[in-house]
Amino acid sequence: MTTGTPALTTQVYRVWIKATPERIWTAITDPAWTVRYGYAAPAHFDLRPGGAYHSSATDEMREFGRQNGFDIPDRIVDGEVVESDPPHLLVQTWRMLMDPTTAGEPFTTLTYRIDELKSQPGVCRVTVTHELTGAPATATMVAGSPLDEAGGGGWAWVLSDLKSLLETGTSLDGV
Amino acid sequence: MSEDDDRVFKALADPTRRFLLDLLFAREARTLTELESEVEMTRFGVAKHLRVLEEAGLVVVRRAGREKLHFLNPVPIRLIHDRWIDKYTERHVTALVDLKNALEDET
Repeated sequence: MTTGTPALTTQVYRVWIKATPERIWTAITDPAWTVRYGYAAPAHFDLRPGGAYHSSATDEMREFGRQNGFDIPDRIVDGEVVESDPPHLLVQTWRMLMDPTTAGEPFTTLTYRIDELKSQPGVCRVTVTHELTGAPATATMVAGSPLDEAGGGGWAWVLSDLKSLLETGTSLDGV
Repeated sequence: MSEDDDRVFKALADPTRRFLLDLLFAREARTLTELESEVEMTRFGVAKHLRVLEEAGLVVVRRAGREKLHFLNPVPIRLIHDRWIDKYTERHVTALVDLKNALEDET
């Protein structure tokens, strides 16, 4: 969202995707899929309560960091699995480590809900709820800027790209 | 998905509904009572507008105890941006590049 917008403590994002819950679940939790949309970082989940989660930096991110004179850590996001009920519910903690300010904020809670529509079989409603209490810098980052370039798009952009990948086979970048 | 786009454009076509979205953009998690106090309209009228926004996916309702909280969902606007606006911006840029090439060829 634009600069000056007060940081919100809970953000809710919802998208409807024509795909099975299993495919959507895989696209969220399997590193072979997470590299194909959004920030394209491989996500590694140990899908059980208390299991570890992290997303690793990509070569592009490291290159970007080098060009701009700062180090990108190997783990750009970390957290823990709170609840895993494939393919419908994933609750996890989430901390962005790429930026020193967000890395110093407390863990946030991220919930993915995948519900198949009874009225429209074959279509799922994906709801991402991000609880960001005490993490204003992270909140600003994940809210993105609706009309910004790829990197600044936050969850709305990531979910738009996920929909594009699952429905058309290619992400918005055409990859 | 064009039916979804229709719903979004229709929802955005009304000034009261755009105002409600602006209120939710400024501060999320509002109840009907809070929203109603900012709009000169009956509770019933505001509820009806919120229903249209919810059906278009622009507002998501979450229950917190006895309260129904309304959140702005920016994803449908993002989808319109990614599928429509990007397309035309691209054409715009291409047109400028063509113009540049044509002008430079003349010299």
